[in-house]
This record gives sequence, C-alpha cells and structure tokens, in this order.
Amino acid sequence: METILISLAGGLLQAFEPLNLMMIVLGCTVGLFVGAMPGLGSVNGVAILLPITFLVPPTAAIIFLAAVYYGAMYGGAISSITLGIPGASTAVATVFDGRPLAMAGKADQALTAAAIASFIGGTISVVLFTLFAPPLADFALKFGPPEEFALMVLAFATFIGLGGDDIPKTIFSILIGLVLAAVGLDIISGKPRLIFFDASGFLHGVNFLVLAIGIYGIGEMLWTLETTGGKVIVHKVKMSVAGFMANIRSVRTYIKSTSLGSVLGYFVGTLPAAGATPASLMSYGLAKTFSRDPDSFGKGNIAGVAAPEAANNAASTGSMLPMITLGIPGSPTTAILLGGMIIWGLRPGPLLFTERPDFVWGLIGSLYVANLFTVLINLAFIPVFVRVLTLPFTVLAPVIFVLCIVGGYAPTQTMHDVWLMLLFGVMGYLMRKLNYPVAPAVLAIVLGPLAERSLRQSLLSSQGDVLIFVERPISATCIALAAALMLYPLFLAWRRRREAAAGDSGSHPGASG
Amino acid sequence: MTVRQADFLMAIATILMSLGLMWSSTDGLAIGWVSGKGPGSGFWPFWLAVGMLLCSLATLVRWFLRHTPESRSTEIYMSRSAVVVVGTSVGALIALLVGIHIVGTYFALLAFLLFYLKVIGRHEWPLTVMLVGGIPVFIFSLFEWALQIPLPKALTEEWFYPVFDIMYETDYFWMYILGSFLFLGAVSLALHKFLPGQDR
Amino acid sequence: MPTLRKFLVGTAFALGALSVSLVGPAHADWKPRKPVEFIIMAGTGGGADQIARLLQGLIEKKDLSPRPFIPINKPGGSGAEALLYLKDKAGDDHTVLVTLNSFYTTPIIQTDLGVDISTFTPIGRMALDTFLLWVHADNTEITDLDSYVAAVKAAGTEWKVGGTGSGQEDSILTAMMESEFGYEVTYIPFPGGGTVAKNLIGKHIDSTVNNPAEQNEFYRAGQSKPLVQFTPERMAAYPDIPTAQELGHDIVYFMQRSINGPPGMSAEARAWYIDLFKTLFDSEEWQTFCVEDGLTCDEWVAGDDLAAFHAEQGMRHRELIESVGAEAITGE
Repeated sequence: METILISLAGGLLQAFEPLNLMMIVLGCTVGLFVGAMPGLGSVNGVAILLPITFLVPPTAAIIFLAAVYYGAMYGGAISSITLGIPGASTAVATVFDGRPLAMAGKADQALTAAAIASFIGGTISVVLFTLFAPPLADFALKFGPPEEFALMVLAFATFIGLGGDDIPKTIFSILIGLVLAAVGLDIISGKPRLIFFDASGFLHGVNFLVLAIGIYGIGEMLWTLETTGGKVIVHKVKMSVAGFMANIRSVRTYIKSTSLGSVLGYFVGTLPAAGATPASLMSYGLAKTFSRDPDSFGKGNIAGVAAPEAANNAASTGSMLPMITLGIPGSPTTAILLGGMIIWGLRPGPLLFTERPDFVWGLIGSLYVANLFTVLINLAFIPVFVRVLTLPFTVLAPVIFVLCIVGGYAPTQTMHDVWLMLLFGVMGYLMRKLNYPVAPAVLAIVLGPLAERSLRQSLLSSQGDVLIFVERPISATCIALAAALMLYPLFLAWRRRREAAAGDSGSHPGASG
Repeated sequence: MTVRQADFLMAIATILMSLGLMWSSTDGLAIGWVSGKGPGSGFWPFWLAVGMLLCSLATLVRWFLRHTPESRSTEIYMSRSAVVVVGTSVGALIALLVGIHIVGTYFALLAFLLFYLKVIGRHEWPLTVMLVGGIPVFIFSLFEWALQIPLPKALTEEWFYPVFDIMYETDYFWMYILGSFLFLGAVSLALHKFLPGQDR
Repeated sequence: MPTLRKFLVGTAFALGALSVSLVGPAHADWKPRKPVEFIIMAGTGGGADQIARLLQGLIEKKDLSPRPFIPINKPGGSGAEALLYLKDKAGDDHTVLVTLNSFYTTPIIQTDLGVDISTFTPIGRMALDTFLLWVHADNTEITDLDSYVAAVKAAGTEWKVGGTGSGQEDSILTAMMESEFGYEVTYIPFPGGGTVAKNLIGKHIDSTVNNPAEQNEFYRAGQSKPLVQFTPERMAAYPDIPTAQELGHDIVYFMQRSINGPPGMSAEARAWYIDLFKTLFDSEEWQTFCVEDGLTCDEWVAGDDLAAFHAEQGMRHRELIESVGAEAITGE
C-alpha cells in the first residue's frame, strides 16, 4: 500500500512537469473536439498524433495520447447530446436519453451530467487502477472464450426492457443487428460470409458506425424534417451561473447509477475483449432496470446520460490495464497506443510494471490530472456546444447531413459504407414510423461479433459440449446473473400485479421482452 | 397509404429480407452443427435469419388479428408534404453521393449546400455564401490537413495539387485557412449590408 | 526449405549491388504531389500496422517525403479488400501496400477474388518475421519437440492450438506440423497474435505458434517457453532453442513484411519509393526496431528481386496449401 502511494506520488509529480502538463492540456482539448465530430473518435486523434510524439520522450508521448483518448471519451457525448449522433460506439447509449433532453431544451443539463459523470467514472476507475492493477491482470487472464460469451449473455440480459412494447418487432431488430454483425470474413473458418452482390465493401463487415450514423444521424434528421415540415425550429437555451450551479448540484440524482456504472465499466474495460462500448451499454441497461422510474428512460432521464458516460470513461481507463500488462489492446485506440509504446521501445507485458515503473506510474499519474483537466475544459465549453441547438433547422440539417456523410466515410474510407449508411438511414426512418425499435439493432451489431466468436471458440475447445459455459466458475456466475436480470422485470411485474390486485387488474404487464 | 397498409408492406419486406439472408447464409457455408466443433460458419446468420422470419410472420399474424396499434391505424403513413420534404432531402443526399463519385467531395458539397440552403432553406445570400464556402473549407482543413484522412476527389484530384503544394511546402498554412474564413466572413457581412435578408 | 535458403543466401551479395544500381540518382524528377495512401492489409494494432505507423513516423521525423504517408487499414476478408483496392488503383503513383503473407495466401484460398499479385509493383522487403512453437511454462513434462509431439498425440483432438485465423500464417504452420508429425489438433482462431499469447498464458489453449514479439515478454516473465524455431538457423535471441531442421523436420516458415505498389505504377515513382524505403531500412531506428521485435532485417530486397521473391513464395504457398489441402486450413 505504502509503495503504491509513493509510486503514485512520483507519478503525479511527473504529470505536473511543465512538458507533461502541457501535453495533458493540449491532448484533452484535441481529443474533446475530435471526439465531438460524428464518426471521428479517439482513434483518429491518437493515430494522427502518433508521429508527432516522436519528438518528445515516451512518457510525455503516452501522456499526450492518453489525454487525447480521455478527451475524446468526453467529446463523444457532445455530439450524442447536441446532434443526436453518437460520435463513437462508446457514446451510443448516451443518445438514448441525451437527445430527448436536448430536444426538450435541457441540453446544458445533459452535457453537465455527462461531464460530471465522466469525471466520476474516470476518478473511480483510476483509483481502482492504482490499487488493483496486478490482481486484476491475473483475473483478466482467467477470462477465456467461455467467460467472454457468458459476459455477452449478461450484456444482452441488461438490455431487456430497452426495446419497445412490440415484442416481435423488438426481437426482429435485435436479430437483424446480430445478422449484420456476421457480414464479412468469418475468422473461425476463414470464409467470407454474406457478401451481398459480391461487393468488396462487405468484406470488412458492416461497420458499427455506419449503422449508428445512418439510423441516428440521417434517420433522425428525416424524422425531424417530417415532424417539423422543414420549418425553422429554434430551441431557446438559457444559460446562467445559477442554472449551471443547479446542474452541478443535481449530481445527487444520478450519483448511484453513476458509481455503479463506474465500477462496472472499469471491470468490463479491464477484460481484453470487451472494452468501453459493452460497458456503457450494460451500465445504461442496469441503470434502467434498477431505476425507480424505468419508464422515463429513453424519454429524457438524466441518469440515462450519466450512467453510460461514467461507464465508458471508467472502461477506457480499465482497458489500459490489459494493454500494459498483457500487450492486448481492448479497442482500436489502445491498439494504436500499444503500437506507439512498441515504437518507443517499451515492451508491454507482465514485466513492464517492475522494469519501467517511471513510465507506468507517470501514465497513471497523468490519468488523474488528465481527468481533472478534461472536466474543466469540457464544462467551460458547454455554453458553446449548447448554442449549436439554437441554429435554425434548415441550417442545422444540411450541416448534420454533411457531417454524417464525411463521418461515415472516415472509419473505413470507402464510399461503399457511405451508401450503406444512407440506405440504413432511410430504412431506419421508414421502420421507426411503424414502431420498430432501432436501438436494439445498434446494440446487437456491437456485441454480435464478440458473442458469436466467443461461442464458437468455446465450443471448439470443448468439442461441441455446451456444458462448458456452466462448468467454469466465472462463466457460470455470469450466466446466473444474466438469468436473474432477465427474470427481474418479470418479478417486478408480478409484484406490481399483486399490489394492484385489489384495484384495476387490467394493467399491462410491463414492457419487457 | 395508411399506416395499416404500410405495416403490412413492411412485414412482407422483412419476410423477403429474412429469406434473402437465409439464402445468402447457405452460400458455401455450413449452417448446421458440425460434430465435435460446434456451429458451422453459416449457423449464426442462418438461424438468426430464421428467427427474423418467425418475428416477421408473427407481425403479419398480429396484423391480420389487428393486435398492434399500427395494424389498426387508418392514419396516413406519409402525408404528401412529408413525402416532399423527406423526398427532397433523400434525393439531394443521393445526388451528393453520386456527385462525390464524379466531381469529388468538395465540389459535390458545394452544390449540395447551395441547393439545400438556398432552395429548401430559402436563406439570405450572406448566410448561404458563408456556409457554402465555409463548410467545405472547414471539412478540408479538418480532414485533409489536421486529421490526414483524404476524402475522395475523383475527377478534381489534380486541382488540389497546388493546394497540397501550399499546405506542405509552407509553414504558414494555418494562415491561409484562417484567412479564408475571415474572407468568407467579410464577404457575407458585406453582402448582408447591401442585400438585407428576408427572414431576419 | 533448401530452395528458399539457397535463394536467400545466394542473392544476398548480388542484391546489394543490384539495389544500389536501382536507386541511382536518375529519378530525382518524380516525387509525390499529394499525400500517399499507405494501405495496411490488416487491422489496427497488428504487426503490419505497427510497421506502417513506425515507417510513417520515421518518414515524418527524417523529412524524407514532401507529402505525408497516411496509414489506412483495410483488414476485410484477410486482406482481400486491400488487394482489390490496390488492383482498382492500377496506375496510381500515390498508393502503397504493406503486406504480410496473406498477400500470397488470400488469392490462393479465395479463388474467385480475381487478383494476380504478380501484376503488383514490388518496392522493397522491410523484414522477415519468424515463428516459434510455444507452450505454457507450467507444462513441465513438455521439454522438447519429442515430448511435445508425444503429449499432443496422447491428447488427440483435445489438444488446442491457438492462432490468428484460418488461412493465416499460423494456421498454415499448424497444418504443416499436423502433416509432418501425423497428429490432428483443434485449431482455435482469435483476433490478433497478442490475444493468442494471452490465451496461452491464461491456459485456455495448449500451444501456439507465435511470433517472437508476441510472446517474448511472457517468456521473459517465465510464463511461457519456446520449444522449437521454424527458421533455417537459430536466431540470436534464442540461442538454446533448436530449429526444426536440426531435429530432422523440414519445416521452415517466414512471414515477409514488404512494400508494394498497385499494378502499373510508373517507373519513376517506383524508383523514388525504392530509394525512400531503402533509406528507412538502413536507418538506425528501423534496425533497432527489428532487433527488439525479433524481426530478421539482414538484407534489403527490392524491385525485381522482390518480384522474384514474391513469385517464389507464391509458388511455395500454393504447394503448401495444396499439400495440406485448403480444407485443412479453412475447413470446418
């Protein structure tokens, strides 16, 4: 414990060296703005800045890149809330409640909640990182394919209740997301699958962002165009110091789901395969399941913004752990960070902690400082971001369309994906009008590849025996938790019905699937 | 078309979609359970597509039984004005994408923004000029310069060579970018002064 | 494989002279006019990606190109997408590709791809990556290749070998070992060599054929151990580990990391790129990286010699895939 504190103090001192501090401030700001662009995420910011980091020492460089990573995590929430387009897959769950809040003129509340929750998530996870890095690295090693699959089952279980009230249409939406996730090369058999019309663009699969930007960017814009008839809509946003302080104080309304999301996010983030996206989705699902007022989720509940934001920041810290101790990237961004470390001659692995403590503790120290700076920078810019919403809609719509098009192009740099995005946007719009929920499809496409792969890896190693999932302690625990989560809404419905038995017994048995 | 009719058509469309996915999944892939190895490569997409088919059939049955609000609704699915508003936007987007293939991103963006702001939005000239000029410049400086993500330029590729010359062979490219924004701002201000807009 | 070895050794000297004559000053007239697309036929974080990003950084740091190199990942279909993209870019002077061995295997396995890699413009070979056979350090009864083979035969298909995907280099090597030793294992693909290594350390799989870079840190930490190397001679980093050839098994396998242009790249541009990558190959940074990453970067192979190397390797992969059967690599 004492050694940890001494090392941490050293790391913090290192973070406050002028060069490193400059790197943190610059990195946070760059990350914040790159992350706020739809389709662009931390991966773009980190990738482009990697060559620049040849000019500074490795510790300063990794601090800079980590600050970009952190800033982008905060920034992702900004486009989710103000434009309704998830800036990155990690910010999808933020759209569910962030967008309704912004439409109701409460964008400043949502943005403040996102920033504060991110700060809490970042802080909790950095503390956990400091205290439990080595034991958790061992725990991450115990996570094989069966455990990964069980975790995915658990993730799906937390989404129960995210769908609409039309069960066949909700299941349809989940399934189409899972099938789209199977497009591309199957790594298990090495065969290309579902290459429609022999278009080579399908070989890389259907990118998550293509579906998300299509549905939430283009589809949402078309929906808004129809409802407003293309007329000018201007949101009035009042910004005042008193309002700002009230927004800060409202933290107590979502502190519970935020803390839960932070811890959950950190643990899910440390698992090499999972990363921040499932963490934020699970956190949202849990916040809704255990909320006193689950029906308000998706309609503008502030906890629905805070919970996923806390989790994705916590997970982004968490995913540094497998990167440092196992050399395994939890996300494309950490993959590039990892490449950076290797280029600087730092070999990630079990020995890095002992052989290069200056580097590791410098990084940890900088995470504390970066977190603090990002929240301050973010809060300072909220009035600017909120003003976006006051633009007339006929100005905002073409700008958003343009951002969607270039944002859909950026991740894979193929026009194929841009066309696909437009198709998804129009389809999503048409189906949404008929009460097909779209969120389940977006969630499924994120988790689908991981779920299928881990399922088939497990069954390969067990020679096709499905009992492998319940024979191993960690996976059995996850499956049991998943079963409990799936039964929980039924239990609530049963209890509600019993309580209401005296009164009107004709109530609907809840919106669960 | 009423919502009820649209719901029926969409159910038929999803059935066809499911069948298409099932058919694609059988294309050279094993859809069954491979003994000792677990599911084959086509197993996941095929059986999920079967699930999609069942869900679509359930929707169809509920449509016949009028169980869902959509299957009972006789409201208009898309009013004429909605078709016009949404249709022009989708049409403009398709034209934009086709344009990107022919004249490249930046010139296609110019045309798209001009159409959208002036024809659909009926904005005054200063704002239109500012945005039509400013957005492509902004996109260029962000993507090509700051993030180094080249956007497609198609036939206009070589027109950008002089821009790259300035961009990479002088150290003050940021001044040009700043200058272009200031210039656009000045132009729109000037226009605003002489040609007062309608909706201000 | 003796032919390869002869080829490597025999051309080593001739090459130096050749490449010098190739990179003369006659082509100072071409240089890139716009940013160069640096296509990577694998995803972010893999070996090819690291190399591309390192080279990009070195180009920038040493100011070797008037326009930047922009890494673009096209991992789709085991590199099939990257190959098709390059094929469509025929005649383009501003696109280059960083390869791994899927450059050879993907067109062989995905027969309807319609890509002929001999039409591409070879530029330079930056490195050869090597493979070793690894097991967990706790496997005390497995100490050498013989005890390994005995253990695998005893376990049968319950023996789990991890790899980066059917059709990838390690699956070919695994298939080669299966046919050499007459056993059959269960091959489990994971995304990326690092994940494979981690699953070995976590004991979710029984053995791997990882690159040195992927396992070295676990080896140093005493968590894994190599049994045999698949190189013609012992690598300096592993002086005590025998090669398969020493033990009487003719299994030699390399992964090349080379730079190639699209079909029909102009001669001037090609000469400029060869010059550029030669400078990078000779740089201190690159050679240091090679040593640290366990890559073999002894000789520079460029231009037509690289074309000959590609032709040779392409043939060899075709033979390998035919001898073990494409089904053994991709099969279900």
